[in-house]
Amino acid sequence: MNTTAASYLDNTGKDPTQRAPLVLGANDLHDVTDKVCGIIENPKPSTGWYVGMAVSLLLLAVLGYSVFYLFFVGVGVWGVNNPVGWGFAIVNFVFWVGIGHAGTLISAILYLFRQTWRTGINRSAEAMTIFAVICAGLFPGIHVGRVWVVYWMFPLPNQMEMWPQFRSPLLWDVFAVSTYFTVSLLFWYTGLVPDIASVRDRAKHRIRQIGYGILAIGWRGSNRHWHRYERAYLILAALSTPLVLSVHSVVSFDFAVAQLPGWHTTIFPPYFVAGAIFSGFAMVVTLLVPARKWLGLEELITLRHLENMNKIILVTGSMVGYAYAMEFFIAWYGGVHEETFAFISRATGPFWWAYWIMVSCNVIFPQLFWFKKLRTSLPAMMVVCLLVNVGMWFERFVITVTSLSSDFLPSSWGYYYPTLIDFTTLIGSFGLFFTLFLLFCRFLPIVAMAEVKMTMPQAHPSKH
Amino acid sequence: MTLSEAGTLTPPGDAPASADAPAYLHGVVAQFETVDDILAAAAKCRDHGFTDWDCHTPFPVHGLDKAMGVRNTVLPWLVFCGGLTGFLTGIGLQYFTNVMEYPFVISGKPMASWPIYVPVVFELTVLFSALTTFFGMWGMNGLPQLHHPLFFSERFKRASDDKFFVSVMADDPKFDAAQTTTFLESIGATHVDRLEE
Repeated sequence: MNTTAASYLDNTGKDPTQRAPLVLGANDLHDVTDKVCGIIENPKPSTGWYVGMAVSLLLLAVLGYSVFYLFFVGVGVWGVNNPVGWGFAIVNFVFWVGIGHAGTLISAILYLFRQTWRTGINRSAEAMTIFAVICAGLFPGIHVGRVWVVYWMFPLPNQMEMWPQFRSPLLWDVFAVSTYFTVSLLFWYTGLVPDIASVRDRAKHRIRQIGYGILAIGWRGSNRHWHRYERAYLILAALSTPLVLSVHSVVSFDFAVAQLPGWHTTIFPPYFVAGAIFSGFAMVVTLLVPARKWLGLEELITLRHLENMNKIILVTGSMVGYAYAMEFFIAWYGGVHEETFAFISRATGPFWWAYWIMVSCNVIFPQLFWFKKLRTSLPAMMVVCLLVNVGMWFERFVITVTSLSSDFLPSSWGYYYPTLIDFTTLIGSFGLFFTLFLLFCRFLPIVAMAEVKMTMPQAHPSKH
Repeated sequence: MTLSEAGTLTPPGDAPASADAPAYLHGVVAQFETVDDILAAAAKCRDHGFTDWDCHTPFPVHGLDKAMGVRNTVLPWLVFCGGLTGFLTGIGLQYFTNVMEYPFVISGKPMASWPIYVPVVFELTVLFSALTTFFGMWGMNGLPQLHHPLFFSERFKRASDDKFFVSVMADDPKFDAAQTTTFLESIGATHVDRLEE
């Protein structure tokens, strides 16, 4: 890349007298449609897409095999034991739900705060949210042991005349995660309709016209429709904002309501929410840095978008670091022997390696984003965000496994060894995630065109 | 007037359309080039007294509601009712199952202790509100409606891309194919298409 190209794509400058443009280059409204729809209309996707798809499908097959084997043999194929009755399945569940928080944060909270830069990235982040929640939802479904009675999780009338116990946070989780998935899906689809209509109107092939025509449900850009549409979008954003904060709070109740030292802490809800946003943004950056390059979207998903996300990663990473420190302080200040022990054991006990991977990935490396050079450098942000993904998985591992492995009674302590099937299920869930994401990149508009156009100068009346 | 009436292929009382029958005119659609043009045109159409007309834009244009005289939607009130239904469903579901149908003492807590209801009540309130927003908005917009006379115009495809349109339907009492076309051209339309089969 030569210097002129690099400087024109760099909109991270700090000139307070003028707003940095969100769409770079000499793009008009039609060029935005062309760029985004062009990705879908290209008859042959790039080789990179095929390679990615092949790898993802392979991993998906690994997941299929692992789940089938689990159903066929039973949960004994996992490393869960007594006392560590919650292993990888819960760790993976919380990891994926956490990743699923960035999309709704971007689409709802940043919308309410009128952060127009969200328009470039909200579509892909929302898609990522939905796919991550699908991956998360898999784990509670398969870890119940007897999958054929998984419907007992829901309050359905049954022949035993039994009902779920609403005092259990695990049941709250069922409601929280299924509500979150439903609302995210409605929000995503609402945003997609006008853009699918653009794809429909450009479609040449009969099958595409019919397919996108049905998905676009007859959208014709009517202003009377836009009026209700915008109001509905605002309401959905206002509903999703407390929802996104509640979901990971409820997930944290799974732990915090228990009596176990290391889990029974009041800091869990905000700490989990901060961690969820942190990991979600790291995943968005991880996906978008390569995607914008391969799909030629560098003028729409600009360096400034990525820099802003890195700033959020820095903030939430510091919040997570504060929570780690505060847990230790309260363990000491609270003066409960078991609690103090649980935390000393976390950092220096048998799982010390997991704890220090977590601290270095989540607290130390994101601090590099204080330096502008690093937070605007693609390779640097890619490395840091991958480390954050690793670190946040380990955070859930540390919370779940170390607390369970040594509780009140030393006679019941035990170590946890994951099995091969544990690992293949974890890796396989990435196959599911990337398969869905690659299909999304191929068949749906990856950038919210209508919303991006709204932020462009052509969308504003001249006498204002 | 509902949109399905506008979509009727033959005027009432006429014989069914055959291949050589004269095409039925559903209305006209006029193209405008910029946001400024459409805002000015919308205000003039409103003042002209059209009733069955609309603007079509690739993105919501701010100020167009005022220029067209679109009244505020009642959607928020529907959502409030939906949310209230969810709230009551949450309380009812938990009270019915855990107090009336299947009472079970946990940690010696009272059967009907409201604090434990909060998470599920909250989630159901949000869920019902969101479903009402989604289905209410599309329902009030009359969508899904996969076909509409506007799609007869090839030029109208730019409405989802970069152009702005005003449509006036034939059922409007002030509609007259020739006069309305002239009027739309006089307020800055660059093209006026007839919406015919």
